[in-house]
Amino acid sequence: MRSRRLQAVAVKEVLQIWRDPISLMIALLMPFMQMILLGYGVSLDVKHLPICVFDREASQNSQALLKRFQASEYFSIVAGFDNYRDVTRALDRGLCRLVVVVPTDFTERLTDTGRSAVQALVDATDDNTANIAIGYAQAVVTGFSSTVLIEASALAGSTVAVLQPIAAQSRVWFNEDLESRNFIIPGVVALVMALVGAQLTSLTISREWERGTMELLVSTPVTPMELMLGKLLPYFAIGLLDAVFCLAFAVFWFDVPFRGTLMTLFFTTSLFLTVVLGIGYLISTGIRRQVGAAQIGLLVTLLPTTLLSGFAFPIDQMPPAVQAVTYIVFARYYVTILKAVFLKGSGILDLTAPILAMIIYAGIIAFLAARAFRKRLD
Amino acid sequence: MTGTIETPVVAERLVKRFGSFTAVDDVSFRIARGEIVGFLGPNGAGKSTIIRMLCGLLRPSEGRARVAGFDVAREPERVRENIGYMSQKFSLYTDLTVAENLRFFGGIYRVPRAVLPERMGFAVEMAGLRHRENMLVSTLAGGWKQRLALGCAILHRPPILFLDEPTSGVDPESRRRFWDLIHDLSADGVTVLVSTHYMDEAEYCNRVALIDRGRLIEMASPSALKQHTLGGDLLVVECEGMGTAMAALHEAPGVRDVAAFGNSIHILVESAGAALAALPDYLAGCGVRVTRIEQIKPTIEDIFVQMIGAEARAEGPRP
Repeated sequence: MRSRRLQAVAVKEVLQIWRDPISLMIALLMPFMQMILLGYGVSLDVKHLPICVFDREASQNSQALLKRFQASEYFSIVAGFDNYRDVTRALDRGLCRLVVVVPTDFTERLTDTGRSAVQALVDATDDNTANIAIGYAQAVVTGFSSTVLIEASALAGSTVAVLQPIAAQSRVWFNEDLESRNFIIPGVVALVMALVGAQLTSLTISREWERGTMELLVSTPVTPMELMLGKLLPYFAIGLLDAVFCLAFAVFWFDVPFRGTLMTLFFTTSLFLTVVLGIGYLISTGIRRQVGAAQIGLLVTLLPTTLLSGFAFPIDQMPPAVQAVTYIVFARYYVTILKAVFLKGSGILDLTAPILAMIIYAGIIAFLAARAFRKRLD
Repeated sequence: MTGTIETPVVAERLVKRFGSFTAVDDVSFRIARGEIVGFLGPNGAGKSTIIRMLCGLLRPSEGRARVAGFDVAREPERVRENIGYMSQKFSLYTDLTVAENLRFFGGIYRVPRAVLPERMGFAVEMAGLRHRENMLVSTLAGGWKQRLALGCAILHRPPILFLDEPTSGVDPESRRRFWDLIHDLSADGVTVLVSTHYMDEAEYCNRVALIDRGRLIEMASPSALKQHTLGGDLLVVECEGMGTAMAALHEAPGVRDVAAFGNSIHILVESAGAALAALPDYLAGCGVRVTRIEQIKPTIEDIFVQMIGAEARAEGPRP
C-alpha cells in the first residue's frame, strides 16, 4: 500500500466529483431535499383532525360535550349538520374523518339512569388514523363524564370527596411532547446517508468501465486496495459533511432534542458510512453500467432503510418473519443508535449491541469489497 | 535495474481462448532492448489480445510470457511498474485538465516529487500542449490527446512501452509526429511494441510481426520481409478489363501470384525482365489493352497479402 498512489486516486476522484453536476447534486442538494421532504412530509401524529358534529339534542349538556372536542388539540370541528344525509355526504367527500352525533335523549338518559351515549362515525379508510381518532374521542368523552360525575355529587351536597378511580398520571420520557417528528428525523439522517453514500459510490467504478479508463487503471501498478481507499475517502468526507448538515438541520430547524455526545454520533456514523460506501463499491465492481449500478444501489439501500430499519415503522410491530429479516438490514442498527443518541442521550457503552453488530457488518463488507475488484479484464 | 535486460519481452507459446474462440494461437517471440516492433494485421487478428496478456491485463490460457524479467501471470504488479501502456481508445480522463491527468499518472507511478514538474514539462512540450495545461482533455483534438496519452504513459520513464493502435483515427501529420517521438524513445533504449492496422507504418519499425487470425505468420525486418518472403519481382499492371486480365495472368507463364490493388493489379513474377518483355503481347493476345506495366518495390501490404494467401493455400479451405 502506497499513500502516494492512494492520494493520486483520491485527488482525481475529488476533481471528477467537482466537475460532475449530478454527483455534486447528489452530494449536496439531496440531503437538503430529503430532510425537508421527510421532515415535513412524514408525520404519524393525529392533530387537529377535521371532525363534524350533529347535535340532535342541542342542550347545554350536549354543547358542553362538543366544546370539549373543540378545545382538544386533536380535533377541530369543521362543520355542524342537522340531518344524517349531510353527515354521510361529509364523510363520503372527505370533509371530515369523524362525526360526533349526540342523540336526542342525551341529557334525559343521563339524568334518569346516570348513563348515556354518543355516536361516533369514523372514516376508517386509513385504519391507523381511525384507531387513533377513536381513542382520542373516547378520552374526550371520558374526561367529560368525570366532570359530570363531580358536578352531580357536588349538587347532591355530598361532603364526601368524590372517589375518583385510580388516575394514571403518565409521564412520557425521551420524547416528552410525543412528537412523531422527533422520532422520525433521527432516522432521516440514516436515510440520507444511505442514499447519498450508496448512490455516489455505486457510480465510481462503473464510470471507469463505461468511459474506458478502467483498462488504463488496470495497466498501472495501483493495487485494488489503494484504488478502493483512494476512491472511497472523498465520499467518506462528503458523507461526514452531510451528517453534520443533517444534524444541524434536525436540531436547529426541526427542534429535535439532541441529548447525546457528538463523539458517539461521529463514531457510529463513521461505522455506518463504512458499510454504506462498501456496499456501493461492491455493487459498482459487479455492474459495469452506471445506470444499472445506481438502480441496484437504490434498491439495496433506500428500500430496506425506509421500510425495515424502524425509521418510521416500529420493528416490534412487524410480523415475526419480517422482524427476523430486519436483523440483516444494516440501517436498523444505525437507526436504533441515532434515536437513542438523539432522544435518550445514550453513550457508546449503552449501545454496545447495535455498535457490535455494525462493526461486524462493516468488517464483512470491507473484506468483500477489498476482494471484489480484481485487476484483470477477463 | 530491469532496464538493462537484453530481451525485455519474451513470449513462449502464448494461447488465449475466450470460450470456444481462440483469439491467440501458439504465439512465440522475443524482443530485444531498444527495438521497435510493429504488430501488423487486420482488425480482430489478435494483436490487442497479445498486448493485453503482456501487460498482465489478461491471463494467458496457455504458455507464458516474461516482461522486464517478470512473469506476466505470476507477477503482474512488477510487470506494470516497468511498462507504459497506451490503448486503442485515448485512455485519459477527459473531465480532467492536461496537467491534472499528468499529475494523476505521476502519482500512480510514484514519480519522485522532485522530478515531477520537469517530467510534466517534458510531456507537455512533447505533446505540443504548452499553454494548454489547464484545458480539459475533452476539448483537445485527437492528435493532441494521443500525444498526451503517450506523455502520460512515459512519465515514469518505463523501459518498455506497449502501444495498442495508438495512431488509429489520427490525421497523417499527427501520425508522423507520433512516430518521430517513438524513434526518440527507442534511441534512449526504450523497447517499444506497437500494434497498427496501417500497413505503411510498418516501415517505421525495426521488425514487424504479421498476425492473422490469432497466429504469428512471420516476424522480420521490413526489408528482409520484402526480399526473402516474396521470392520474386513485383510488377504493377494497369489495363482495361481487369477481370479478363486477372484470369489471363493467372494462366500466364512465369507469373506466380496475382492480386487486385484498387484499380491496378500486382503480379509476382520469377523475373521482371522476362515478364516485362513477354506480358504486353500475351495480354494483347487475350484481348486486354495494357495502359501501364512496370516493376515496383513491394510494400508490406504486398507481403502481407501474399503471405496470408500462401498460408491459406497451404492449409486448404477453412471450415
